[in-house]
Amino acid sequence: MASGRGSEARALAPGRGGGTALVLEEPLSFWGGVDPATGRVIDARHPQAGEVVAGRVLVVPAGRGSSSSSSVLAEAIRAGTGPAAVVLGEGDPIMALGSVVAAELYGLEVPVVVVGPDAYRALRTGLAVQVDAGADGTASVHISPPR
Amino acid sequence: MGLRLPPVPELSEADRALWSGEAGEGPRMAMRVVLALARAVGAERLIDVTSAHVDGCLYHGEVSLDFALRLLDGGARVAVPTTLNVGAVDLLHPDLYRGDPETGRRARRLMEAYTEMGCRPTFTCAPYQVAEARPGFGEHVAWAESNAIVFANSVLGARTDRYGDFIDACAAVTGRVPDAGLHRTEARRARAVFRLEGIPDRLLDEDVLYPVLGHLVGREAGTLVPAMVGLPPGTSEDRLKALGAAAASSGAVALFHAVGVTPEAPTLEAALQGRPPERELAVTPSAVARARDELSTSAGPAITAVSLGTPHSSPAELERLAGLLDGHGVHPDVELYVSTGRGVLAEAGARGWIAALEGAGARVVVDTCTYVTPIIRRPGGTVMTNSGKWAWYAPGNLGVDVVFGSLEECVTSAIRGEVWRDRGLWAGI
Repeated sequence: MASGRGSEARALAPGRGGGTALVLEEPLSFWGGVDPATGRVIDARHPQAGEVVAGRVLVVPAGRGSSSSSSVLAEAIRAGTGPAAVVLGEGDPIMALGSVVAAELYGLEVPVVVVGPDAYRALRTGLAVQVDAGADGTASVHISPPR
Repeated sequence: MGLRLPPVPELSEADRALWSGEAGEGPRMAMRVVLALARAVGAERLIDVTSAHVDGCLYHGEVSLDFALRLLDGGARVAVPTTLNVGAVDLLHPDLYRGDPETGRRARRLMEAYTEMGCRPTFTCAPYQVAEARPGFGEHVAWAESNAIVFANSVLGARTDRYGDFIDACAAVTGRVPDAGLHRTEARRARAVFRLEGIPDRLLDEDVLYPVLGHLVGREAGTLVPAMVGLPPGTSEDRLKALGAAAASSGAVALFHAVGVTPEAPTLEAALQGRPPERELAVTPSAVARARDELSTSAGPAITAVSLGTPHSSPAELERLAGLLDGHGVHPDVELYVSTGRGVLAEAGARGWIAALEGAGARVVVDTCTYVTPIIRRPGGTVMTNSGKWAWYAPGNLGVDVVFGSLEECVTSAIRGEVWRDRGLWAGI
């Protein structure tokens, strides 16, 4: 189905997920930054406060801030308000742990991957994106061409 | 693309036994999570830790309790001495909790679950104030809670990476962490140098300077390990605690060096490990004034509460507070809270300081902190604090305005019922 370009990525947490990309301009801390009841970005200092991450392919340059973000991401995944996949510009163990634990506890896999700078720049809000991340660390990110 | 696959970490026999489930499903999940982190950070092996400090006992939603009970019911018990961070409920003064009762019940169950796993019910963000829990120089530990991490690394010279929820408990159960991050000598090298220039000596001897310095360093250091030049030799642990906590709040600082003060920085060259820094910044009086002003969101005289003890007060800090309140009472329109750990509470109680504080109208909070759980009775007001960390997080967490000041300013304001300023405090800034 992903007939567009595919980019190589590195898996931090395995799974398959697709949806409409939401590209954040600044790093995000889930703790204090996302309301797990709604999936809304609530960090008033974030330029995209008010956006909703639920069901989106969340594209974010990096994680930031409190290590309690692992819990908030896992709680959002549990509650069904989490992203469908996370694509990072640089590795973030805190997000990886949130996803890994949600998979352990609830069997809900939300892939977390890191892509290189060129692939990162190709991702735009509104594009349809599919993320596949394996347990061996391999992963790919596919962008479907706009209709 | 430079996206090399991470190595598969080498496992010991004991690791394999946990991995294969010989010790039960709880330890098996713990080892899976440790290995997932090892892969995510590209570690080639796991290493032993001698202690852990677990932050997962603070309730963040159903997932917190689901995770702890999955470990506990799966037979997991901690493999190394483990202290607990604050929870959401003061178990010694449960009437202080003003949140949703069902959430409170689950938060309390979470604190119990970690205790049943074999963790010590210390419920403090300052485990370094628990004598038996202080790691030695060079010891590898798995500590969560940003201020505890920065203290262990910087002041004690122990080695912990920035651990947090889930991995903290999994490290405690397995006794293992990835050989990565601040466990490795090269990652501990100072890469940004902050030189104090023109800061008056008198101000260097005021507690109030240290959270401001921490806030400034946190904002400027980014992901670089900072080294500070110009702190007085013998700077107290309480001041370094306040500095580190602020730096770990406004920034991602997990280790700082203070030349001539902290153990890995006998000289600047030692802190830099013989290499040139990537950034050099002057900490000038005007930069300090800016950082100080960033810690307040309100300039008016009104306050509804005063919050002290973030991170948890030491015995020396409680003694000083008791002295400042001696012969005075907190104004009836102001709530004064001071947070500390149970161990320090027992010591301060035996010295008569707790009775003195409560007699003056202060509320002593243990096991939790006023910025992570609903305790303050009048939300939406303006709260004064001497903590850079509290000042950073409380406006977002609680929806309050905040006024930053010295301990003396906070106490005098609590007595008078409005903000009082010590006019000479910042002279020369």
